[in-house]
Amino acid sequence: MIRIEKLHKSYPIGKDSLHVLKGIDLHIKEGEFVSIMGSSGSGKSTLLNIVGLLDIHDEGDYYLNGQLIKDMNEKKAALLRNKFLGFIFQSFNLISYKTALENVALPLYYKGMNRKDRLKIALDYLEKVGLKDWANHLPNELSGGQKQRVAIARALVTKPKVVLADEPTGALDSTTTDNVMDLLKDINDEGMTVFVITHEEEVAEQTKRIVRLKDGLIISDELTKASKAV
Amino acid sequence: MFDLDRWREIFQSINKNRLRSVMSGFTVAFAILLFTLLFGIANGLGNFFKGAFSDDAQNSMFVRVWKTSKPYKGLQTGRRVQLKNADYNFVADEYENKIQYQSARIYKNFSIKYKSEASTYNIRAVNPDHQFLEKTIINEGRYLNERDLKEKSKVIVIGRLIKKDLFGEKPALNKRVNVNGSSFLVIGVFSDDGNDNEERIAYIPVTTSQMMYGNNDYISQINLGYNPELSTDAAIAFGNKMERDLRKRMGIHPDDQSALSVRNMAEANKFISTVSLALLFIIGFIGSGTLIAGIIGISNIMIFVIKERTKEFGIRKALGAKPSSIVGMVVQESVLITTIAGYAGLTLGIYILSLIGNSLEEDYFIKDPSVSSGIVIGATVILILSGLIAGYVPAKRAANIKPIVALRAD
Ligand SMILES: Nc1ncnc2c1ncn2[C@@H]1O[C@H](COP(=O)(O)OP(=O)(O)OP(=O)(O)O)[C@@H](O)[C@H]1O
Ligand SMILES: [Mg+2]
Repeated sequence: MIRIEKLHKSYPIGKDSLHVLKGIDLHIKEGEFVSIMGSSGSGKSTLLNIVGLLDIHDEGDYYLNGQLIKDMNEKKAALLRNKFLGFIFQSFNLISYKTALENVALPLYYKGMNRKDRLKIALDYLEKVGLKDWANHLPNELSGGQKQRVAIARALVTKPKVVLADEPTGALDSTTTDNVMDLLKDINDEGMTVFVITHEEEVAEQTKRIVRLKDGLIISDELTKASKAV
Repeated sequence: MFDLDRWREIFQSINKNRLRSVMSGFTVAFAILLFTLLFGIANGLGNFFKGAFSDDAQNSMFVRVWKTSKPYKGLQTGRRVQLKNADYNFVADEYENKIQYQSARIYKNFSIKYKSEASTYNIRAVNPDHQFLEKTIINEGRYLNERDLKEKSKVIVIGRLIKKDLFGEKPALNKRVNVNGSSFLVIGVFSDDGNDNEERIAYIPVTTSQMMYGNNDYISQINLGYNPELSTDAAIAFGNKMERDLRKRMGIHPDDQSALSVRNMAEANKFISTVSLALLFIIGFIGSGTLIAGIIGISNIMIFVIKERTKEFGIRKALGAKPSSIVGMVVQESVLITTIAGYAGLTLGIYILSLIGNSLEEDYFIKDPSVSSGIVIGATVILILSGLIAGYVPAKRAANIKPIVALRAD
């Protein structure tokens, strides 16, 4: 599903440039549940953003669903994102003036689906994350955990092949964290590839594979007990 | 362009961000309102200037005499100057090809009586051309003609209000009235675009007057219409030359304004065209100034709005929005707001102008202030276009920001 070879990424900082990813090789198959760990600044978000086509790499090759990602313009990237990818952010990134339901339905709007179908499907997904009764609330009327579940519903509504989550539980307490992780596990059980960044060992333990980054390189890549348990 | 979902997105965005929408709308509405008002008032001034002189012919001139104010060639100050038929004929012969209409005028103040009704009126003894010089409009019957003059007929053309005074609703034509003791036949009734006094006047043939009242060849004033083919400057030169020639002929000091002067509408015309030109410049300046201010206002607000929405755009793009859909959304919103607001400003402006109407004519020289719909539509189109550009340029830039950068914005 995701194949990355000798990937490099630098950020220009003034005249110099900061070499963040220094040759990453990573292969994630369809249906995997992978977490990335590593200290702050090790390049986790950078990697995830490149995978999510939100950012562009400098060197190396990246294949998404077998397609080489090269010379992407924003229009092509938008189509691929809409088709293959779902995002969950640490800071939720809901649109503040839209209700939970409208937020969830938005990716379907960009897919070109009609309003009636959009809202029906969005409501199904809100039900799935247990927020059917909150459909017509604005984000600022929801708790952090509820917001994140809305965001998850939004990430899933287009049935993406890959769900990318950058510290989805970073802003949540432990009970809501478990809630969110249960949801991600359910998604994965349904066959979606899930790729999650986290700082918390307990969260990583619940995924099936942990990749550790340090200074822009992968230092370890192993399966967890959870995967062996299956 | 018509995409119900797109419009729904836009209405939601406008509705949920009312302050910002109202702010940008207000700028546009205010610019168009100011534009409409200023333009209307400038137009009103123009209308006033044009209207102020139009009740007489545009090309009229007259020769007036009074008393000398300067001694000349042994003649004393304070001598009364008298125009005579010979002067009238001199003007007619000397400047024949520069003159379109010519009439003498003698002023009389006589009572006119019909049956038991009588009153005193201004009576002017004139030539037939006078009709065109004064823009007299004949309602009934006819004006004086050459035959009346030749035969020194006792005929009279009365103003609409004299008829009303003396005859009420009854017909006046072909009735005989008593003018200062003699019987005159009413041959015509006229009206005039000037004020009411212009319709309480009666006209009789100049020859009749000279014969009946003093039996001399005196006239009070010579009225002329200069040849309309003359340019304004040529007409002014003609007036000046005639003034010099007449003074010389009548033994008047060349600079004696009081003794004899030529009043020339060409000078007023020149003044009007200068004023109109100045007005045009002012209108252009004010108009473009207001519009530019409006355009700058919208642009600033759009830049601000788009900056504020950068993160939202980042989210939309992460969810699969193409840059073109974001640009389209912003531009459509901007154009919608400018159009509605521009229309509101326009309507309000036209309403205020209609309230003003002619109420400022007396004190402020503003008559019927209004704007031509072409100009207003033009201004609105410019504002819509500028809303389009004002929205497009920054939206295009925002839409091309990498989503990761946009998402980080706050
Ligand atoms: N847009 C950018 N411009 C310049 N430097 C950047 C940019 N984004 C990230 N960096 C730098 O790149 C390095 C890696 O950043 P990244 O966000 O990938 O780290 P991370 O592993 O996600 O850290 P954290 O756990 O704190 O989120 C950091 O040193 C960061 O300062
Ligand atoms: Mg990070």
